[in-house]
Amino acid sequence: MTQIAQARPAGGAVNAVARKAAAALQAQQAAAEGPQQYLTFQLRSEMFAVGILNVKEIIEYGNLTAIPMMPPFIRGVINLRGCVVPVIDLAARFGHAQSQVGKRSCIVIVEVGENDFRHDIGIMVDAVSEVIEIPRSEIEPAPSFGARIRADFIDGMGKVAGKFVILLNIARVLSTDEIELLAGIAAESGAPP
Amino acid sequence: MDELTSTFVNESRDQLIAMEDGLLRLEQNPDDADNLGAIFRAAHTIKGGSGVVECHFIEAFTHKVENVLDKLRNGEIPVSGELSTVMLECCDHLGALLDVLAAGSPHPDPEVQARGDALLATLTEQFLGGSARDDALPVEHSSELEASGGGVVNTDAWHISVRFGPGVLRKGMDPLSFLNFLASLGEITAINTLADAMPAAAEMDPESCYLGFEIHFQTRASKAQIEQVFEFVRDECTLYILPPHSKINEYITLINESPEGPMRLGEILVRSGALTQAELEEGLAVQSRSAGVEVEGASPAQTPIGEILVEQKVVHKELVEAAASRQSVLSDKKALDARMIRVQADKLDQLIDLVGEMVIAGAGANLLAQRSGQSDLMESTSVLLRLVEDIRDSALQLRMVQIGETFNRFNRVVRDNAREMGKAIDLVITGAETELDKSVVEKLGDPLMHLVRNAIDHGIESAEVRAARGKPENGTLQLNAYHDSGSIVIEVIDDGGGLPRDKIRQKAIDKGLIDAAATLSDHEIINLIFEAGFSTADQVTNISGRGVGMDVVKRNIQSLRGSVEVLTAEGEGSTFTIRLPLTLAIIDGFLTGVGKASYVVPLDSVVECIELANVPEQRNYLNLRGEVLPFVRLRELFGIGGEIPSRQNVVIVQYAGEKAGLVVDALLGEFQTVIKPLGVLFKHLRGIGGSTILGTGEVALILDVPALVERAISIEGERLAPGTAATNARTGGAHESVSIH
Repeated sequence: MTQIAQARPAGGAVNAVARKAAAALQAQQAAAEGPQQYLTFQLRSEMFAVGILNVKEIIEYGNLTAIPMMPPFIRGVINLRGCVVPVIDLAARFGHAQSQVGKRSCIVIVEVGENDFRHDIGIMVDAVSEVIEIPRSEIEPAPSFGARIRADFIDGMGKVAGKFVILLNIARVLSTDEIELLAGIAAESGAPP
Repeated sequence: MDELTSTFVNESRDQLIAMEDGLLRLEQNPDDADNLGAIFRAAHTIKGGSGVVECHFIEAFTHKVENVLDKLRNGEIPVSGELSTVMLECCDHLGALLDVLAAGSPHPDPEVQARGDALLATLTEQFLGGSARDDALPVEHSSELEASGGGVVNTDAWHISVRFGPGVLRKGMDPLSFLNFLASLGEITAINTLADAMPAAAEMDPESCYLGFEIHFQTRASKAQIEQVFEFVRDECTLYILPPHSKINEYITLINESPEGPMRLGEILVRSGALTQAELEEGLAVQSRSAGVEVEGASPAQTPIGEILVEQKVVHKELVEAAASRQSVLSDKKALDARMIRVQADKLDQLIDLVGEMVIAGAGANLLAQRSGQSDLMESTSVLLRLVEDIRDSALQLRMVQIGETFNRFNRVVRDNAREMGKAIDLVITGAETELDKSVVEKLGDPLMHLVRNAIDHGIESAEVRAARGKPENGTLQLNAYHDSGSIVIEVIDDGGGLPRDKIRQKAIDKGLIDAAATLSDHEIINLIFEAGFSTADQVTNISGRGVGMDVVKRNIQSLRGSVEVLTAEGEGSTFTIRLPLTLAIIDGFLTGVGKASYVVPLDSVVECIELANVPEQRNYLNLRGEVLPFVRLRELFGIGGEIPSRQNVVIVQYAGEKAGLVVDALLGEFQTVIKPLGVLFKHLRGIGGSTILGTGEVALILDVPALVERAISIEGERLAPGTAATNARTGGAHESVSIH
């Protein structure tokens, strides 16, 4: 069914439905193959989680060098054992205000990108909680609105101890192309922040 | 691909370059015998090597090419334009064949094969006289010998070397009768009897045979027939038969294997006329050079045989010297090659990375030492730091290559494209010895290619137009390179028609790149050609004019942290100037501080530092010894908060002849800067060239001075004149002055 839907040219109500169904199917398949273990962390008193396979390490927040002429969600860069790694302010990326640096602020280093173009990006979070296992049966599809963040950033909603945890689609959140574009706009606009 | 094959492929590519080079030179100078020899040698080496790695499709192809070259060398066919064209195509095809080999496929695919066959057919028809001459490959064995060097011996007689075993007489066979029989087949032109094996009279057994003969023999008989002569004594004697025009190496093998020792036999061969002194000299020289490499080589004479001969007054000294002098030129070159080591590029990169880490660690240690206040420690770390600096410089030097090689590739490009366009263009290369980082050179090829093709296509006019304009018929294209304050400048200069300013302006308006009402300086208009989708050629030609050229050039150059500009005078020609940093890895920097942040200014661009004093808050220029110096307040430009200190400093920087000031809080001194790229996220960031890690472990940003100034100009332009702001930003009007020559 997936193939049929994709083979057809775009346009038409029937096709749109078919595409939607195909996308849902794909998402399901991805979830089935996806990681079962998640790292949970807090951001603006909301609980988020990323697949553990993306996470390389967690370091204390500090020694950050700000980069001028960048959008607010690019916090700066850090020196990670000789490598310069950019740090994204996740709250600002979701369209909120920049995170305040607190005692428990951390930088989670995640690896993103395609096969040959893998690189590390740090995400700044308010506090890191724990590594938990969420069975597939406990994952609900993402709500189309209401989570206060873009729907395509959400992989699904995990149920943990009766509460919902937002499982992030980290590849989308840290999409290089998109960030690069936004950074480009900020750099070109020329207005000093 | 095994090691042998990869070595062969690499070396053959070098040979191909040499061959192509030689062919291009041959066109200019058809009588240069040395050059022809060099071309032939290159082809020969490839053929020999292909035999060793058992790559028969290359061997077969090169064999034919070599045949043509041989005829050329012997003056049987003249050098002509068509010949060079075909031969150059053969070079290309050989390159393609090498690709096939490198890819590990056993045969070239049909397309490549067909092209090769077509080339071979052309060669045979046009230059080998279409004769159905037997072009079969020599046996593999001999090509292997050829690979170790040495040409063909210039004699048309057979050489027979025979040593009769001791038992020959006892079996009732007389050596003399064999020789008589041999004489019946042809003419013995020279014979030397070797009685060296004869012991002292007391020990001599009169019934044993101790004799050997070296015979120079002219005949029409085949090798088999000659062998038959000695058939009865085959088991009892050692026999070598060398056909006419044998390779020197075969003689050398014979000499080395002779029981009398190489010196004795060499002398005899020369005397009997089998070898000339030069041939022997060359053969032995090659032999002794390769002896270390080739395991199978029997231990050769330690002293060149020529010298021995001279010592024994067998040959005149002058004669040997004359013969050897030509040889020594070759051997010098070989020796130079031998001193080169091929290193894999990634090993080198790893080394540079490590040196970079060392620089950072060294800076850290130095910082700690200074904090500790121990003078001994400070002294020792400063010595260490200086050594690290030296290591850094030599490590970077390893990656430096001359740009000449890149330039020389354009000989071919210019020749082919000019011919295709029906124009006559001379390529002049200057500054070929200018060095720059290998990684930069690699990425420079494409943009240069675009510029050169553009110059051929659009720049230089056809011969008729040139004549009408009173210019020399041959167009001149110049490639020039030189160092200028820490960057390398590469110029592509043509003496063609120049860029039509009005046409460019009109085109830009048509394409919506600029507003019809916009007032632009000539310089800005000309540089519009670097905008995406811009091409002024009325006709799209095969070579260029698809409108993808110039913006690609600009983008490529910018990705190397460089810039490209064009100066033009209508009717007189254009000059494209590419400016690039020397290296992409480590630079000398000047560390400055603004607020809590640190910024590195490339030291090469720093002219001086002064205190910012007596300048009102709103004014962004100062009086530098009577000169107006505009400056940029980094604090303002980067939006850095915090209190402005009472003393601010101006770092005066220079780039491409223009001066500007950067206002910073603190001057922190020189700093060896290991450039760490900021990554794809910051690709669009202009004004920051990269980052580096300080001794404290913090990250500092490296300022990209020209981009920073450009940015400051565009911001100010936007603020002051909203009408022209858009165009200003687009053309990147870094230069307010009009510079047209």
